[in-house]
Amino acid sequence: MEQTDGKRSILLVDDDKDFLFQLKAQFEAAGYDVLDAHDGKKAVALLAENRPDVAVVDLMMEKADMGFTLCYKIKKKDPTIPVIMVTSVTRETGLDFDATTKEERSWIKADALLDKPVRFEQLQRTIARLLKG
Amino acid sequence: MQRLRTLVVDDEPHIRTAIERTLELLEFPIADIEETVTFGFEEAGSAEEALEIIEAGAPEILLLDLKLPGMSGLDLLERVGPKMSETLVIMITAYASIETAVRATKSGAYDFLAKPFTPEELEHVLQKASRHIVTAKQARALAAEQRQVRFQFLSVLAHELKAPLNAIEGYLDTVIDRTAGDNPAVYEEMMRRCRTRAQYMRKLIIDLLDLTRIESGKKKREITDVPVAAIADLAKNTMLPEAEARNISISVSCDPALVLRGDPGEIEMVFNNLISNAVKYNKDNGKVTVQCEREGDCVVIAVSDTGIGMTEEERAQLFESFSRVKNDKTFGILGSGLGLAIVKKVATIYNGDASVQSAPDEGSTFTVRLHDAKVDMDGANM
Repeated sequence: MEQTDGKRSILLVDDDKDFLFQLKAQFEAAGYDVLDAHDGKKAVALLAENRPDVAVVDLMMEKADMGFTLCYKIKKKDPTIPVIMVTSVTRETGLDFDATTKEERSWIKADALLDKPVRFEQLQRTIARLLKG
Repeated sequence: MQRLRTLVVDDEPHIRTAIERTLELLEFPIADIEETVTFGFEEAGSAEEALEIIEAGAPEILLLDLKLPGMSGLDLLERVGPKMSETLVIMITAYASIETAVRATKSGAYDFLAKPFTPEELEHVLQKASRHIVTAKQARALAAEQRQVRFQFLSVLAHELKAPLNAIEGYLDTVIDRTAGDNPAVYEEMMRRCRTRAQYMRKLIIDLLDLTRIESGKKKREITDVPVAAIADLAKNTMLPEAEARNISISVSCDPALVLRGDPGEIEMVFNNLISNAVKYNKDNGKVTVQCEREGDCVVIAVSDTGIGMTEEERAQLFESFSRVKNDKTFGILGSGLGLAIVKKVATIYNGDASVQSAPDEGSTFTVRLHDAKVDMDGANM
């Protein structure tokens, strides 16, 4: 589906119903077309039909590393789609992949990594920066 | 098979050789833990030489002659004592006076071997020492493992507590900043979700308190004849509003005269968690059936639902703390992930067990067997 009306589209993937609901309401109010998925499978199905302008992906969903897999699939479809990975697991679960060094960040194929809770304006700023570059 | 590094420090070469010969052939089974130990021989003719070896890596057993040329055995112990917290020291001494014994013990000696000693005496001392080492090692490994489990539990707990806070905080930001457009219904729904998430956070904290109370065993248990049917009805009534909202029926089939020796609070935890799950993971217009029966010296509680069910894979981790089945069908269902862990813990206290049978899209049956609780002489309950 090509965007013809000039509206930007965003893919939101998170298994937290509330996170998804919040972001969807906010992005819709900000004038985006929102594609939302609560698991990797649905996200992949949406990707088959759509090319979002940007994606926001939760790291830990039905499988602990689903976010990574999904990120890879988005980039495989189109490497120019910016992917923002959001996570609340890095610091407190001991599942220690918090990417602090440049090298670690380059290994993760996401363009930005944000810690939950993420404020909407923070997401907007990140998206603006990624879409400009 | 464990090979214990044994350092022999003696200035008399023939004694070192004699010990080496004994060690070579020595092999002890350690009773209870199915472990066999052997001994790896290392030697030093002086304390200075021993010091070098110990500084490179402390042995597990140190056979130390007290009387050495140059630095004495006791001086050596005092110098390397802190480095050898896991080394067992056996003193070899020709003049086992009480005074030297006391000094050596203060420096950390575990046992004595009086010169001259027979191979049998050496074997006896080593057998005692190796048993001590192996069991101490095991205790340390166990403690480390418990710390690790504890740490993981706390980490996941922190995560689980943060999730509802994140959601609530996010909603509040959205409402305060009015970033979700102009439709008031959207904001109202957000406030409702805040309330729901706060309620489940409270449920998580209550579950957690239940679980720690059971685990620590510190809660005062009140063992009485618990009327099972009454407790089951109590739990049913708690869930009734949620069940009725989704047109789910709950039926309890239990002889009113059925009693179980136990703590009413613990029995209620079992019913509460099982019935609450059976409603939460049911389909609209579904059914929940609770059946309780006595089978010999135990009571069998079976809670069946006509809900979403589970695959075998999803069942595997079900009774672990914070394990929740995540799939399309469970999306949006809130829970602490502790309910079944609590059920299992309670079942364990009652020498029973908890199990599940399930088919995807057909439903699940959870079965818990509880034996009558026994009260011991002190009035403490086990």
